[in-house]
Amino acid sequence: MTTAILWQALSLVFDPYVLLVIFCSAIFGLFVGCIPGLTATMATALLVPITFFMPPVPAVAAIVTATAMAIFSGDIPGALLRIPGTPASAAYTDEAYAMTLKGQAEVALGAGLVFSAIGGLFGTAVMIAFSPSLAEIALKFSSFEYFWLVVLGLAGAVFIGNASILKASISLLLGLLIACIGLENPAGHPRFTFGLNELMSGVELIPMMVGMFAVSELLRFVTNLDPPARIATEKIGNIFAGMWGLIVKYPWPLLRGSVMGTIIGIQPGSGADMAAWMSYAMSKKFSKEPEKFGTGHIEGIVEAGAANNSALAGAWIPAIVFGIPGDSITAIAIGVLYLKNMNPGPTIFVNNPQNIYAIFIVFILANIIMVPLGWLTVRIATKILRVPRNILMPIILLFCIVGSFAINNSVWGVVLILFFGLAAFLLEENGFPVAPAILGVVLGTMMEENFITSMIKSDGNPALFFTRPIAMWLAAGTIIILFWPIATWVWAKFRAAPAKP
Amino acid sequence: MKFNDAISGALLLALAIAILVTVQSFPNIPGQNVGPGAFPGLLAFLLAGCAIALIVRGLKERVSGERMNGRWMHPGEWLRSPSHLRSFVVTAGCLLFYVLASGTLGFLICGFLVLCAMMWTLNTRPQLFVPIAIVTTLIIHTIFYKGLRVPLPWGVLQPLAW
Repeated sequence: MTTAILWQALSLVFDPYVLLVIFCSAIFGLFVGCIPGLTATMATALLVPITFFMPPVPAVAAIVTATAMAIFSGDIPGALLRIPGTPASAAYTDEAYAMTLKGQAEVALGAGLVFSAIGGLFGTAVMIAFSPSLAEIALKFSSFEYFWLVVLGLAGAVFIGNASILKASISLLLGLLIACIGLENPAGHPRFTFGLNELMSGVELIPMMVGMFAVSELLRFVTNLDPPARIATEKIGNIFAGMWGLIVKYPWPLLRGSVMGTIIGIQPGSGADMAAWMSYAMSKKFSKEPEKFGTGHIEGIVEAGAANNSALAGAWIPAIVFGIPGDSITAIAIGVLYLKNMNPGPTIFVNNPQNIYAIFIVFILANIIMVPLGWLTVRIATKILRVPRNILMPIILLFCIVGSFAINNSVWGVVLILFFGLAAFLLEENGFPVAPAILGVVLGTMMEENFITSMIKSDGNPALFFTRPIAMWLAAGTIIILFWPIATWVWAKFRAAPAKP
Repeated sequence: MKFNDAISGALLLALAIAILVTVQSFPNIPGQNVGPGAFPGLLAFLLAGCAIALIVRGLKERVSGERMNGRWMHPGEWLRSPSHLRSFVVTAGCLLFYVLASGTLGFLICGFLVLCAMMWTLNTRPQLFVPIAIVTTLIIHTIFYKGLRVPLPWGVLQPLAW
């Protein structure tokens, strides 16, 4: 049975068309990640209109491959320009740049590449090992458990990020409210449509994401006053030299980074960038030579480089098993899965296991081809970094326009990217993070459905939310996360109080 | 463009109140205690709470002068640089232009103009951007119109359609 499914999955992936898609999205991801100002999330948002025209497996393969590549290649401008290509590289950008100044650019980039691949494979292994059994548990979940699971995911999005909790909560609520627009609610009543037919079916996810993650980035680019950065070195040696030595020297940081990254990735709302920051800090804390950190020391790059790629795979676990995205990239991917009628959730393991196994295989494949393709990218990196962005950015804008038009063949999509581009730009300028909003939009419908179903089932008695065995534990977990910051705040006040006269 | 948190909070509070008012007019489902207004109403209620907290924080900051020197509004650096302000307006303007004009002018003309305007505002030389804009528009048109069969509008070029 399992081998038959595995064969089916293999034939789904090792199809010339799918392999071509994987290859092209790998190149695309490496390129986008390498250009400062174009993030991995933006790579996904730009890909989505194209994947809209593909069958499910190549569509997901394109997203998985492009993001894995972009997360690695974000290290390149970090090391050469001191500008992280994607936020996930920001944690160790200064370290990598310091190594470049010491003439060790190839070590920094080599470690970024090799340990990204290892971390990615580790995260994938965890995903393969645990998601089927998690899915079996998830099959027993009713609307009560799902309600808590969604709340838990959303609470993670708000409390784990590094922005202000208040502003993250507001962003989340705005996202949930956007999800309320349209006819698709349990009562089938048109809500907040302002009489527009276009809003009857709700706000379309793809144009909204293109607006929030691509158009807003473009606006940020055209209003950026920083002078262009100089490339620190032209000479990059063999990036694979000495990598085996590093694996032997730093097995624990490598393992710790991979484990940490996977766990942070699984936690909804926190993705690769959070994983890199926390792993870098962890590495410094446990290092035998913490004083060397920040002066061009490889240890932190090993750990954080592994962490950000393993987080990417980790984020897919709740996405596939529960349909709850772990970060904004998987949020976009889930949107694509829904459009493809491949609704994520435990039933997908029963109904379409070959598709899930195909996704696993794509993950493995992506992390393996990352090594030779990444090597090639580093070879031509100094040329990619010279691609004139005053030509590239206009092309991206036109691409956003066509992509959002293509979803429904209507300019309404362009209206949406304009609105959400400006909104995201303004929100970020004022310190409101955008990621919770997108999680809110994706999860809003699911949350409302489970809330209403549960309320109807229990005849309006909220006690059932807490008394079902699994729901009880999930509720306890959620409430602990929700009140943890308040509790620590109260505790700090309480401790500080006696000091005051 | 940065605003004092009290201003953002006031706007959000207004939004929350508007939603709470709208929700009152939603019909109830007979025999059920939760109608279509229940969930958005709950969200708007929470939003109002957060907005009030934000207003309080903004007012405190204004008094202490901790952020933005206690001012209500802080125009970003780019708003004072004419060329950056122009780029911002052109970027948003391009999207608006496409929405309004693509039906009549068609994709090829609009796409070309959008690219030209963007490259012009980002200081690309005209002898460079005009050919690039023509070629790129044609490539994107081929990919989406021929490859993905997206019916991009021809507009006034309809007689030339290929």
